[in-house]
Amino acid sequence: MSRIASPDELASLRDRLASAAEGKKRVLVCSTGCLAVGARDIDTAFRDGVAAAGLEAEVEVVQTGCHGLCAMAPVAVIEPHDIVYGRNRVKYVPDVISETVQRGEVIRRFCYQRDPGMAHVDDIPFYEHQTKRVLRNVGRIDPRRIEDAIQRGGYQAAAKAITTMQPDEVVAEVKTSAIRGRGGGGFPTGLKWEICKSFPGDDRYLICNADEGDPGAFMDRALLEGDPHSVIEGMIIAAYAIEATKGFIYVRAEYPIAVRHIRIAIDQAIEAGLLGSDILGSGFSLDIEVREGAGAFVCGEETAMIASLEGERGIARSKPPYPAEKGYLDQPTIINNVETFANVPLIVGEGGAAFGESGTEGSKGTKIFALAGQVNNTGLVEVPMGATIRDIVFGVGGGMPRNREFKAVQMGGPSGGCVPAAHLDLPIDYDSLREVGAIMGSGGMIVMDNTTCIVDIARFFITFCAEESCGLCAPCRLGTVRLQEILDRICEGDGTMADLDALERLGDVVSRTSLCGLGQTAPNPVLSTLRHFRDEYEAHVIDKTCPAGVCKALVPEKEPAAAGKEA
Amino acid sequence: MAVATERETVTLTIDGLEVAASEGATILDVALAAGIDVPRLCFDPRLKPVGACRLCIVDIEGVPGLPTACNTAATDGMVVHTETDELAGMRKDLLEIILGDHKVICPSCDKNGDCALMDYSYRYQADQFAYGVYQPGPIVPNFATGNEAIAFDPQLCITCGRCVRICDEVIMASALTITQRASKSEVTTPFDMPLNETSCVLCGMCISTCPTGAMYERAALGQGQCKDLEKVRSVCPYCGVGCVIELNVNRDTNRIVRVTSPIGCVPNDGNLCVKGKFGFEFVHSPERLTTPLIKENGAFREASWDEALELAGRKLREIRDEHGPDSIAFLSSCRCTNEENYLMQKVARTAGATNNIDQCATTCHAPTVAGLASSFGSGAMTNSIGEIKDVDTLFIIGSNPTEAHPIIGLEMKKALQDGAKLVVCDPRRTWVAEHADIHIQHRPGTDNMLINAMMRHIVDSGLHDAEFVEARTEHFAAFAENLRGFSVETAAEVCDVEADLIRRAAEMYALGDPSAIFYTLGITEHTTGTENVQNLANLAMLCGQIGKASSGVNPLRGQNNVQGGCDMGAMHGDFPGYQKVTNEAVRLKFGEAWDVEIPTNEGGRIPDFIEQAGEGTLRGFYVFGEDPVLSEPNQAKVIESLERLEFLVCQEIFMSETAKLADVVLPATSFAEKDGTFTNTERRVQRVRKAVDPPGEAKPDWEILCLMSTAMGHPLSYRDAGEIFDEMAGLTPSYGGMSFERIDEVGLQWPCPTPDHAGTKFLHEGSFTRGLGAFQVIDYREAAELPDAEYPYVLSTGRTLYNYNIGNMTQKASAIRQKQRRSFVEMHERDAAELGVADGDYVVVATRRGEVTVRAKVGQRTRPGALWMPFHFVDQPANRITNDAFDPVTRTAEYKVCAARLAPATATASVDA
Repeated sequence: MSRIASPDELASLRDRLASAAEGKKRVLVCSTGCLAVGARDIDTAFRDGVAAAGLEAEVEVVQTGCHGLCAMAPVAVIEPHDIVYGRNRVKYVPDVISETVQRGEVIRRFCYQRDPGMAHVDDIPFYEHQTKRVLRNVGRIDPRRIEDAIQRGGYQAAAKAITTMQPDEVVAEVKTSAIRGRGGGGFPTGLKWEICKSFPGDDRYLICNADEGDPGAFMDRALLEGDPHSVIEGMIIAAYAIEATKGFIYVRAEYPIAVRHIRIAIDQAIEAGLLGSDILGSGFSLDIEVREGAGAFVCGEETAMIASLEGERGIARSKPPYPAEKGYLDQPTIINNVETFANVPLIVGEGGAAFGESGTEGSKGTKIFALAGQVNNTGLVEVPMGATIRDIVFGVGGGMPRNREFKAVQMGGPSGGCVPAAHLDLPIDYDSLREVGAIMGSGGMIVMDNTTCIVDIARFFITFCAEESCGLCAPCRLGTVRLQEILDRICEGDGTMADLDALERLGDVVSRTSLCGLGQTAPNPVLSTLRHFRDEYEAHVIDKTCPAGVCKALVPEKEPAAAGKEA
Repeated sequence: MAVATERETVTLTIDGLEVAASEGATILDVALAAGIDVPRLCFDPRLKPVGACRLCIVDIEGVPGLPTACNTAATDGMVVHTETDELAGMRKDLLEIILGDHKVICPSCDKNGDCALMDYSYRYQADQFAYGVYQPGPIVPNFATGNEAIAFDPQLCITCGRCVRICDEVIMASALTITQRASKSEVTTPFDMPLNETSCVLCGMCISTCPTGAMYERAALGQGQCKDLEKVRSVCPYCGVGCVIELNVNRDTNRIVRVTSPIGCVPNDGNLCVKGKFGFEFVHSPERLTTPLIKENGAFREASWDEALELAGRKLREIRDEHGPDSIAFLSSCRCTNEENYLMQKVARTAGATNNIDQCATTCHAPTVAGLASSFGSGAMTNSIGEIKDVDTLFIIGSNPTEAHPIIGLEMKKALQDGAKLVVCDPRRTWVAEHADIHIQHRPGTDNMLINAMMRHIVDSGLHDAEFVEARTEHFAAFAENLRGFSVETAAEVCDVEADLIRRAAEMYALGDPSAIFYTLGITEHTTGTENVQNLANLAMLCGQIGKASSGVNPLRGQNNVQGGCDMGAMHGDFPGYQKVTNEAVRLKFGEAWDVEIPTNEGGRIPDFIEQAGEGTLRGFYVFGEDPVLSEPNQAKVIESLERLEFLVCQEIFMSETAKLADVVLPATSFAEKDGTFTNTERRVQRVRKAVDPPGEAKPDWEILCLMSTAMGHPLSYRDAGEIFDEMAGLTPSYGGMSFERIDEVGLQWPCPTPDHAGTKFLHEGSFTRGLGAFQVIDYREAAELPDAEYPYVLSTGRTLYNYNIGNMTQKASAIRQKQRRSFVEMHERDAAELGVADGDYVVVATRRGEVTVRAKVGQRTRPGALWMPFHFVDQPANRITNDAFDPVTRTAEYKVCAARLAPATATASVDA
């Protein structure tokens, strides 16, 4: 692609691409997450089928990012009618081409719940309850083609920022939007940028935190895989705002597709004059370097990430000084999450005030969640801030499998907490979750029904943290192990009531004395489950039973099938 | 960067105490200064704080959470509580969490009594078994297994990271690391390599900083728990840095168990090198001399003190009486105290009635004393060790500080980490050379060509300090005229380095703010040694880089008390304090004080003594704590000469190579068995204290010297070392204000003329000791022996990190023997390839004086055509082949240049068998 010399050229290119695409029949095959269940073959089958039918001129098969409905993988969406087919099989692809692609007829067996009434995207509750803003391009574009992104408005906001706004105006716009960081902490993004700018430095840096490590979380992955350009665009705007010329994307190596797609996107953006030196002829330049993590969860913690970028071991550092003051190479640095950066083009594009119209008083915009666990529609969802847990679990998520009883949802991964059924109608935002002992975190939601043992879940998460601690500070390195040992004991039936007190005391010490966020939040799953499900702990300790039937030592051998029955 | 700007102060309240602090201080700094002992396990003031142990959490009013005091800045108006019920409870919990991973039974731990974890556990009544009872197992094999110096028990390790950080931040060796993460985190070496195969320099600072007993001295294990050991503060007996050490003594066994150093001490801040830390085993060596020996029929027999003293005293006196003052000579010892050096020269000039007195400075730094005295008026390091970290441009020439003066090397590392620039001129690629901005790897022996070219470039570029030259110096015109005969281009050719490097080095030095010169024997051990030193003085004066903090000319003295040996007048021409023997008033002063007539013979130096012994004019020789057979060049000639002596007395702690030739050997004491003082390279006079009783009948040297004087007919006695010091101080203006009381804790730097004088940090402020600094006209002269067709290589000798001089002390230490037992020759890989020599092969290094067989160390440390050998090894003595050509002014030998050839050894020539 030749270099785009100005914002005007970019706009006219978008228009040209958009009109060329109008009315085109497209088969959008998820070629990221669904690869695990044979999407490559489905894609090939569609291409072969289209070719065999001589339809290449009118039908385009597109490899896209995630459609969200992972429970039905492999998923394909067929445009222009937006018919959603799940559980595709190679042998049925010719039927789909001849009946649905060519004639627009719905085939029942591939529909959501085999219900032809739910053939279209808009028919399905999973999509109906969502507000796809940040995810607007994911599943709709081939992330390896910058033209697809441009056609859908990509880089327009960046062009606007760097050619029509002063850096301080950009910061002001982001502040007006009141967006808070999507990585988990919820710190106001605009304020972070402003603080960073207030510190003098030889250089300034920005870092995109793409080291998504929470078990069950895949929001950032979906964005990088499905729409890397919106992340790059957000970074360009941020770099311009804080006057940085160098950025990093620190992405976990376990996301090979994300790494590949972001690298392709960077190369294409540079080639198109949308990244690198003198972007769109504005005089502003930004270099973005991709760095792959090496498997340490703690490197998602910002100070550990900086250490890792500097070539040191991924060890957390004390704050203050915060990265905004002294970050990468001791220079002022902002670190924002993938999803935060992906929101930035929206804010600049439509204005901070408009962005702030959605969401709640303290939490603006939408939030992407990775819905997992005991729920029908596992997958990737985006809802406005303030949606309730019930909206997500029962609306978007379609409720519990086999109509089992909802027990709790683990919000925010290993740093988060368990929210019980009593709070099903809690509007989700940063502050409300904190009040019930959970956190927004990066957006992992693990739904549990009554076949899940709450003590076992607490043990799972503390074990995760105990293994992923960087090992620098004593409470995190060893306190988490002591917590795990106590939970092991309880699950083995050897727990005492004193152990419950010890869990509380130790959890408090670990969270209050740990050096970084990992240790400070590691006891949350234990403390929140103790708070909301003390009965279940006591059943383990006093009655020596596991109500969910999970802890083997506490399940009578005669009735191993007790799992799932009411306790 | 040299002068720290006056920092603003802040006022805060800690535990109800209002305290002032400089801005940038942490809460912990302030608390500790105020005497508040905030508990801490991962903190060491020598390291950057990391806040890992979390024990130093404090409560700050109005600040959420519990910040750690170690890395939270103290700010104005802050109200801090370091000890509340809540904090105490948290600390107890934290300690119990840690104790759950610290698997040891404390009553049987060597560290018992000096264990921070134990102390805090007691303070907060933490339960060792709060999270379960454990039984420590055997130590699993690890990186330290089998290492004679350092042992590591991972079961005791609380992973505070101090050992890793000190190895990284202070030592810059990075031999340790933490492997794995989370609770599997464990201290180890890269790839778990055995310690001696890593970049470890065996300094033992990992042990010094370990808050538990996880890292410990292998040899100390089981030799006494810390609680039962007495720490005797003293001074390291090795190099001239003069590190303060504590000899940890087990009184029950009369043995030194380990050596430690208190953090915060001057000059070494608790840091030591391998020799200071592990090199003390010689004190308890079974090879120590325990009784006087008299040679009869070619063999030694044990004798009583009375018999040995009577014989030795009588023989020396008889020779003196019969053959005059030049027939006997006294060789004093820079290994020994100031008091003993003072006494030795006193005995020589009173009982011996001769000025034939010398010591080992002739072998090494005499050109410094002579050269700097002629240029500045006094011959010593101009600055203090503590000033090094603030130097902007370090100019190091002919010096390998990280090996020969490791603790000064640490100060240089501090400067480098702080952004200092580094110029190194050295034919070898030493550690500092590898880390230099500019390394000039010049041909050995071409220093003056190089320095003159640099100065020519500085003058031509107008980078010299004309104002300083005008106001503070003389003889500049002649000096400048002489420079016109030199050019960078010629020097580039003669020195065999790139011209541009010379220019850049000159500019970097001239423009440093400030710059300081550091040199060692690479400058002095040449036939042009004195001129080399004078030329460095020229360079400093030319650029005005002297007479201020962190700026000057700094010879790094070799032996622990070679500065003191010189200061004490153990030299033929000088009384204590460099008062000249040729000055009649001075002679009268000393004659009156000692109640004798001071002899007026000129006296000589070590090479003169050896020559005269060979010629038969020197007949009696009293050698005290020196081993010229190993330390002087051309060994065969030295032995032949000493064998011709009529009578040789050696006062020694071991049967040295020289003592083997003696008629009487007197068993002396090591530094650990007597009181006194050493003067280090920065002119700091420090206390040496008796820690253990001497073996057998060995006596403190100052007592032996008194007995010898008495036996020679000049009765002499003192109550103790302090009495000798007081007598000396009364006669020595530069030491005049000193006393044992004043230097009890921290030593004083001379000049210190009066009891209220605080000592002198750096010399020549405002004016030079001699008034105006004197520029000297220095020409370039080639070394005495240059390579030719027959002997095509240039051989230099020197010191390694692990061994010391003739090796008779260091080689007694098992840790050092394990690391470096044998000699070697460094050669360039290109030469090795030409000769078909592989790394580790045996080769014969030969000169016109002899040959030694050693292993080849092939690499890039030397220049092509250059060889380098250490001189520490008695059975592969480098001085068998060095050249006995001397500096005409000081008679210092040219150990750094001689012509040599090298050939693969025959299979049977192995010496390592």
